[in-house]
Amino acid sequence: MRINDVILRTVVRFVVFIILTLAIYLFFAGHYSPGGGFIGGLVIASAFVLLYVTFDIEKVKKGIPVDFKKVAALGVFLAVGTGFGSVLFGVDFLTQAAKKFHIPLLGEKELGTVMLFELGVALTVVGVVMTIIVSIAEGDGD
Amino acid sequence: MMNSPLMPIIIPFAFAILLMFAPKQLRFQRAGALVGAILTVAASIWLLQKVHIDGIQVVTFGSWPVPYGITMVSDMVSILFVLTSSIITLFTIWYSFRTIGIAREQFFYYPGVLLMLVGVNGAFTTGDIFNLFVFFEVLLMASYLLSVLGGEKIQFRESIKYILVNVVSSALFVITVAMLYSVVGTLNMADIAQKVSDVNQPGILTAIAILFLVVFGLKAAIFPLFFWLPSSYSGPPIPVLALFGALLTKVGVYAITRTFTLFFTGDIAFTHTVLLYLSVATIVAGCIGALAVWDVKKIIIYNIIIAVGVILYGVATYNDTGLLGSMFYVVHDMLIKAALFFLVGIIVYITGQTNLKKMGGLMKRYPSLGWLYLIAAFSLAGIPPLSGFIGKMLLVKGGFEAEQFASGIWILLSSLIVLLSVIRIFVYAFWGKEQQLPPVKKTVYWQIWIPTAILVLLTVAYGVGADALMPYMTQAAEVLANPQLYIDAVKGGK
Repeated sequence: MRINDVILRTVVRFVVFIILTLAIYLFFAGHYSPGGGFIGGLVIASAFVLLYVTFDIEKVKKGIPVDFKKVAALGVFLAVGTGFGSVLFGVDFLTQAAKKFHIPLLGEKELGTVMLFELGVALTVVGVVMTIIVSIAEGDGD
Repeated sequence: MMNSPLMPIIIPFAFAILLMFAPKQLRFQRAGALVGAILTVAASIWLLQKVHIDGIQVVTFGSWPVPYGITMVSDMVSILFVLTSSIITLFTIWYSFRTIGIAREQFFYYPGVLLMLVGVNGAFTTGDIFNLFVFFEVLLMASYLLSVLGGEKIQFRESIKYILVNVVSSALFVITVAMLYSVVGTLNMADIAQKVSDVNQPGILTAIAILFLVVFGLKAAIFPLFFWLPSSYSGPPIPVLALFGALLTKVGVYAITRTFTLFFTGDIAFTHTVLLYLSVATIVAGCIGALAVWDVKKIIIYNIIIAVGVILYGVATYNDTGLLGSMFYVVHDMLIKAALFFLVGIIVYITGQTNLKKMGGLMKRYPSLGWLYLIAAFSLAGIPPLSGFIGKMLLVKGGFEAEQFASGIWILLSSLIVLLSVIRIFVYAFWGKEQQLPPVKKTVYWQIWIPTAILVLLTVAYGVGADALMPYMTQAAEVLANPQLYIDAVKGGK
């Protein structure tokens, strides 16, 4: 029997974008209010999981054509890279730097290298969570 | 360079990440793992010289002042452990090329090995008690992967036990750190040591010391807490087993050594006496096990337990000679255990089984292997020119200096039992009537024989060149005997 889940699909199409927006908000809010890379990554992953629940695996794979294991590896690489960057400047490992920049539309904003570290954390979380979920979902054959 | 203590941690980490990008490329995996391990060994040797000449190296993450940031400390004790672990990992990777199987190699085996080295080196280097927990988890996660990778039935069964025990002990670790934090209010090891000695170690801190002994004892497999080790270690394949046997329990041993020489020195009459009795009981338990089994892998596995007891005996006597003996013995033991597991791996490869009673007559066809095994066995028991001798001699001397005569004599007697247990493999597998052997590829045999032989020769060099190593070992024992040196180096550095 084929279930007609048109309501679910329509709702998810909108909700996924709201969730992704929230994830990006949480990611950037992390320095001054609750949020950060870990929770941002989890929320992004939850949006992807919602897609997997609603549509079938092949369709989502076509829509998001990335290997999540490599996303996780890239995230760890980024986090270690920001730590190692400070070594190149001759200071202790993981020393962070921040500077105020004038960005055209947003005005005066402080940008720090800790954001790159958090981006690494977020990518790792997304990669790991999606790898776990996708491999469990695909693993029923054997 | 001020970040030098981090190099043996970052290099394998970077290579592990690189290897994760292309798991199916066999050549890339092997070359990357080998280059990463060689660079780690080179960085460790460089750091050893640096620590030897310039004294204790300290780096605090993020340029924060000392008790507030996470400190990494490389003193002679930690760098000797780090160097030995890196060497063993290098040889294990080399040995794995022909033994672990392509299916495992293509499924994140080498990143797992390198990440375990990251955890081990990090645990040896860290100067922060909670960071020690994090590095414990790093190495445990990697070891879970390595123990289950391949998916044989026995591996599944044994890794369930292994994971359960370690999850429980990790939870206990967190609880113990929480208790310690509520008493002293700091997590930096040097700062903890300072504060514990300031308040003169009241009863609650002695209770925490015993809790730490339970936590690290579960990792290191001391007497009543070793129950998980013999069966868990019989699951994984030989190279992984060599890595576990040589490194994992020694991390627990290092943690006990560190906590019992740095923090809890206020009530030695109680804490170190408990440690003494437990270490002697550990040796007894290991000896019984090593004599009782007929499985070649398990004989060596029980010898791990004996060695843990012997090393901790030196910490328990807590005098210069005993600590020096512990340092000598632990480096020897890590090297020789890896070598013995490699040798046993070759024997199992040739005969196709692990049951000692069904083997025999290997000496005629594999004389070089037989002599190599004999050297390693004598070295483990501590026959004079070889590597096990000087450590055990100093340990017994330290025991006598602390007026623990009965236990000192027991250490000597345990050497006989160790010799008996490993020479049994020699007698049964190499002498006697030749048995039918399954077909073996000669090239594969020689390709795994070479790293094993080099590692055995390295232990021989360690024993013969003990005199040249004496200044390094003395420096290590000095830091263990005087915690103030460590505290001053960490707190005075910034």
